[in-house]
Amino acid sequence: MAQLQIREAINQAISEEMDRDTGVFIMGEEVAQYNGAYKVTQGLWKKYGDKRVIDTPITEAGFAGIGIGAAMAGIGIRPIVEMMTWNFAILAFDQIINHAAKARYMSAGQFKVPIVFRGPNGPAHMLAAQHSQALESMMAHVPGLIVMTPSTAYDAKGMLKSAIRDDNPVIFMESEMMYGQKGEVPEEEYLIPIGKGDIKREGTDVTIIAWTKMVAVALKAAAELEKEGINAEVLDPRTLRPLDEELIINSVKKTNRVVIVEDSWPFASVGSEIAFRIHTKAFDYLDAPVEKINSADIPMPYAENLEHEALPSSEKVIAAVKRVMYR
Amino acid sequence: MKDEKKRAKQPRWFDLNLSHEKLIKMYRDMLLIRRFEERAAQEYGKGKIGGFCHLYIGQEATGVGAISALRDDDDFIYTAYRDHGQALARGLSAKECMAELFGKVTGVSKGMGGSMHFYDLSKGFMGGWGIVGGHPPLAAGTAFATKYQGKDSVTICFMGEASTNQGVFHETLNMAQLWKLPVIFICENNGYGMGTAISRAMAGEYLFEKAAGYEMARGAVNGMDLIEMYREMTKAITRARKESLPTFLEARTYRYRGHSMSDPGQYRTKEEIEEYKKKDPIETFARELIQFGILTESDIEKMEEKIKEEVQEAVEFADASPQPPLEMLHQNVYA
Repeated sequence: MAQLQIREAINQAISEEMDRDTGVFIMGEEVAQYNGAYKVTQGLWKKYGDKRVIDTPITEAGFAGIGIGAAMAGIGIRPIVEMMTWNFAILAFDQIINHAAKARYMSAGQFKVPIVFRGPNGPAHMLAAQHSQALESMMAHVPGLIVMTPSTAYDAKGMLKSAIRDDNPVIFMESEMMYGQKGEVPEEEYLIPIGKGDIKREGTDVTIIAWTKMVAVALKAAAELEKEGINAEVLDPRTLRPLDEELIINSVKKTNRVVIVEDSWPFASVGSEIAFRIHTKAFDYLDAPVEKINSADIPMPYAENLEHEALPSSEKVIAAVKRVMYR
Repeated sequence: MKDEKKRAKQPRWFDLNLSHEKLIKMYRDMLLIRRFEERAAQEYGKGKIGGFCHLYIGQEATGVGAISALRDDDDFIYTAYRDHGQALARGLSAKECMAELFGKVTGVSKGMGGSMHFYDLSKGFMGGWGIVGGHPPLAAGTAFATKYQGKDSVTICFMGEASTNQGVFHETLNMAQLWKLPVIFICENNGYGMGTAISRAMAGEYLFEKAAGYEMARGAVNGMDLIEMYREMTKAITRARKESLPTFLEARTYRYRGHSMSDPGQYRTKEEIEEYKKKDPIETFARELIQFGILTESDIEKMEEKIKEEVQEAVEFADASPQPPLEMLHQNVYA
């Protein structure tokens, strides 16, 4: 099996879907001639040309809306809109939330909006407050949107291909810190369905729920905990909306203890919702209150020591696991 | 000299290739919109219509003139929340439009959208959008899609003048011109963004010159004049269809009623409103049709009667229709 970087896996997914369906195109800032701000779209412009790999002006709301209107026309167009980062996509939230997420419902099902908005999300390293935000909770709050966030090269490719083929607006959140991370990706085609989570490490004593870059933090914590005789399960929901509730509840029933790790802010986060669902659907199985590790409830500082202090870490996860295990 | 005399006796639309049938239909569409909206106001007063209700009275020539110049089958129309007039002009039925206002399942959006959100994809009627300045990029996107697929469709986008102060409006114009999209922006300048006169909200006097920064074809047209509206639209449509180029048209018009049903309009004088009513688009056009023998006064009276019946039937249909079933609450969130 080939070892691919996550950026290469995403690139393959886009390219394969563009080969499969001429209605698929990609637009965004620097996606064409510059080959992508993070080189995710490397080589695509050369391969497909101006018509299908489109450099936009720096105008997130404008080109998000153009993508939505193209998808809504019902003539076989499936845009992929790259946001250089989700921090900048905030400018396009009116288009995504007020238009893409509502066209189908307000028209009683007349419109389909097959569009993917994708790009890196979450704090990276020393980028300060405006460039260090994990915004998945804001997107997952909105009915009408699908929110996916992969943690491996394998998942990124299979999930993005499903996202592109889906008839709904999909928010696809990556991480610039992970684009170079390698993983096995098979030669043959595969799809990972929307709404399907994955157990990244089997365990029996505690369930650590994490997605995107926090999966690595959780796995590192699990490896440390193993040395102390604690066998942690690491669960990656992969899709945050719709959530793979069954996978989560079954894991909780097995381990009876839960730690959620996310690098978004703590207030009203996806983790809060997961904790709520666990409390309502598996309350009798819990041996301890659900723990949640988040980024600090602050705009991100620049200074390296302060940023490190603000972010979730395997040490913080280990401490939380010990709390839920009363050790 | 002889030619000129002869020409003066011709109607001013002599060069527009308009059949009598088409002229009569356009007149009828305007009249239907007027009567529909008057009735909507009454029904709103009776509590039959909820939420916000923005009437198109006074602006009929803009919508009808523009939409009548399109192809019926494969052109697209976007508009803002003052959308009843454009919907009727595109051939959505009075019955289904009234039912939508009444929040009934027989409505154009099955009661899920209401006054601001009329849709009929089968007629290329793309709605019906409630965020000021939010929908112009969607229209550019649909134009992008038809061009991408090699079609010669045209997308038109109505918007109020206040939306041109929004940032995304400018983003859209920039890309529409940059990418040569077959889209026509029709800015209905009725002089007021809700209760704020344009002079208090916009720097600069000439609204259509906002498009100059993007070197887009542009101009102002008397939106109270059906024929002038139609004439300018045919030029813009040719530019879009044949050359794949956008146009920005400022249609100068006036709404007789307040911004919405809850607005008594105290920021305007009675005299101002009366002044505009003298230029009423429907009465002006009726006089011309009579002058050139296309309709008689008795034809118009008969048409009035028919439209009255049509609107009455629409109200009865809306009243008798059921509300959406409760299971619709969770339907159509996702495809």
